[in-house]
Amino acid sequence: MSEAVRDETILDELEEEDSQKDKYLRFIVDSECYGIEIRYVTEIIGLQKITPVPEMPDFVRGIVNLRGKIIPVMDVRVRFNKPFREYMERTCIIVIDIHDLSIGLIVDSVTEVLSIPASEIVAPPDLNKRSNRFVMGIGKVGNEVKLLLDCEKLLNDDEAEQLLNN
Amino acid sequence: MDYQQGDPIFEAYITETSQLVEQLEEMILVFEHVNQFPEEMIHEIFRIMHTIKGSSSMMQFHNIAALAHALEDLFSYLREHSLPPAEWSELSDLMLEGVDFTKVELHKMKNGEPVDGEASAVVQKVKRLLEKLEQGGSSAESGTVEGREESARPNRFAARLVFTDDCEMENVRAYQIIYNLQGWLKDYRHVPEKDASQVIRNHGFQLFMETDKSYDEIHKFLSNTSYLKELELQAVSDFAEPSGQGEPDEPEAPADQEAPEAEPKEAEVKEAEAKKAEAAPGKADNPAHKEMKHPSGHYQGKTIQVNVWKLDELMDLVGELVIAEAMVTQNPDIVGLQLEQFQKAARHLQKITREIQDKVMEIRMVPLATTFQRMHRIVRDMSKKLGKSVQLQLIGEDTEVDKNIIEHISDPLMHLVRNAVDHGLETAEEREQAGKPRTGTLTLEALNNGGEVLIIVRDDGRGLNKQGILKKAKATGLLHKPVAEMTDKEIFNLIFLPGFSTKEQITEYSGRGVGMDVVLQNINAVGGTITVDSRPGEGTAFTIKIPLTLAIIDGMNVSVGDAQYTIPTTSIKESFKPLAKDIITDPDGNEMIMVRGECYPVLRLHELFRVPTEITQISDGILVMVEDEGKGLCIFVDELVGQQQVVVKALPSYIRGLRKIEGISGCTLLGDGNISLILDIQGLLKMK
Repeated sequence: MSEAVRDETILDELEEEDSQKDKYLRFIVDSECYGIEIRYVTEIIGLQKITPVPEMPDFVRGIVNLRGKIIPVMDVRVRFNKPFREYMERTCIIVIDIHDLSIGLIVDSVTEVLSIPASEIVAPPDLNKRSNRFVMGIGKVGNEVKLLLDCEKLLNDDEAEQLLNN
Repeated sequence: MDYQQGDPIFEAYITETSQLVEQLEEMILVFEHVNQFPEEMIHEIFRIMHTIKGSSSMMQFHNIAALAHALEDLFSYLREHSLPPAEWSELSDLMLEGVDFTKVELHKMKNGEPVDGEASAVVQKVKRLLEKLEQGGSSAESGTVEGREESARPNRFAARLVFTDDCEMENVRAYQIIYNLQGWLKDYRHVPEKDASQVIRNHGFQLFMETDKSYDEIHKFLSNTSYLKELELQAVSDFAEPSGQGEPDEPEAPADQEAPEAEPKEAEVKEAEAKKAEAAPGKADNPAHKEMKHPSGHYQGKTIQVNVWKLDELMDLVGELVIAEAMVTQNPDIVGLQLEQFQKAARHLQKITREIQDKVMEIRMVPLATTFQRMHRIVRDMSKKLGKSVQLQLIGEDTEVDKNIIEHISDPLMHLVRNAVDHGLETAEEREQAGKPRTGTLTLEALNNGGEVLIIVRDDGRGLNKQGILKKAKATGLLHKPVAEMTDKEIFNLIFLPGFSTKEQITEYSGRGVGMDVVLQNINAVGGTITVDSRPGEGTAFTIKIPLTLAIIDGMNVSVGDAQYTIPTTSIKESFKPLAKDIITDPDGNEMIMVRGECYPVLRLHELFRVPTEITQISDGILVMVEDEGKGLCIFVDELVGQQQVVVKALPSYIRGLRKIEGISGCTLLGDGNISLILDIQGLLKMK
């Protein structure tokens, strides 16, 4: 690869990264608005037939066939310790990709992509460790407030292990 | 110099060198066995050493290059002078030492460790042998010790090299060629004169040289250049005869394998075969045969190396193709329609899809030969060290197994072979006293058995010591059953338990703390099983049973409620509609069923996996009897859906990370795009 070509690729990457910076996908679970960093999101799909997998915690609903790729799906509502609700027409699956690991998040609905500059994000109050486990920040958009999710915590929180050990 | 993993030049170097080294090892062992060092082999080894030397110094692995250089000198001498038979054994020992050294270094490279091995000890040995030979040889010839073919008149050549498009750094590569050739060249000129990757890329690299090397040698050298797409080499003056008197009988002519030169070699091999015929009626000579038939490495042009993950991806894609095809041809929109043309086209598509699937599977299959051949070396080394006379017999080594599986069984196999030679076979004296031939026989046999491959490691040694095993098992607390109730087979299989090792003293070859339990683990990892059988005084046989492939299995789809599960057909004995009165329930609530006088536990899949279903009455559903290692189990399901070949996929790593699911070995996609979970019969049996 010649220097020029290499530079271009780097530029491209930078640009792409730039265009994704501060962008959040807004979705709704229960009555709350959440945001998730757009760089994690690979696609949004409608609800599909989910194959349950035995011995999994409640929030892992099973696996789905995403064009031949088999990915697990997690019900965000159950993940947040809210009661399970039957899926409806607007229910959809946000497919995210973290460290080469694909997983689908079942949410009540997806609304829009928001731009929230870093200056408009504040850290969550340190009231109670348990309640803010998955929130990495609170973003202000106009008069509204969005909870910004920490994707990695969603997947790697040790709660899963604790649940299984009980 | 630091090379990154994934650097294509580096990877190519490792692959090529590993191949050459392995080829070398195989040749040495074969020829040592038939006890002769024919001229072709010397030429071939010379060529191999030359290639390794060239590429290693290019990659700056000077230790390997130095070793290869020393060996090249040695063989260059041997090309001219025959080797006294007395030195044969020393030569092959030395060669194998070199092979081992290179292997260790290659291994370091693969693991990203510094390549810091010290070759000087081996190099010194090689030099000493060469000196010894030279002194022993006629003094008149000492002038040509270097072995370089001398030619009175220099040859002039013009070469044009074109690199492949993805080569990059053409200027550096061109420079490397000149650098490596320098020792050979009396004079040279090249176009372009200066660093100019672009020019080289577009017009190729032209080199005019004057040398006393023959056409063949130059051609051979240049064609070894990495990333070469085209090579034109011409003698530019009429006095340059490409015949090259320095290579009197070298079968270099790269054109035709069936060239007449091949015949005398075949004759030699036949002779060798005849020698071995009584001992090894199998195809043990195959590699020699192959080697002889491809004397100058043109097999390179007929095979390409492909990364396994690319094949895995291709396999995935084909799996999707099969599903997509089913989605089209069984589309609900066309059900019930009379579409003659469509059906015709669909059948055609179906046929092609099946063919592609078969081909992809075929590509992944590799014969066990290479793995088996490696055992020759182990047996040779061990029998030499332990003073035992052992002959290794290979049967059915052309049996093919999925590439991934081969990688997993080569270690366990090696372990079994070591064990057999070390512990299984007796010394020649002991054998004589027992009235057996002095030479022990170790047999490696592979055979196809339906969807499985059996690999048997059999020795005719002293057999397993039943009392010894029992004593040891008692001492280590591994006995869970009264001895009187145990069958011989059960006793023998105790050796696979973790923490079991009967050999008191640790020898160099086996018993390094790695017990049979590790062998068992490795084999279980690929879905295989291992059993052992033995007769005192007659020998021991280990039978490894492995699936032909991990990627596709024959499965029976069953349904429970909304869910579908796949049971590997190989473990299914039968299925039947049970009657409610056949079911026996013990006080703990475990259900059992009596079938032809045998009692089997009943496993309700809907209960185990907590699947809601309407069919809970035993008489409404169906029982599938599965068996593994003589243990049986009846699985209760709603109904049988059908039998089909399924592409096995692992569960997503997130799921596997959460918990190991007992009883499920993977999942697969069905024709309608739904997912079916594949039952792990061994796991289910353990749960019951």
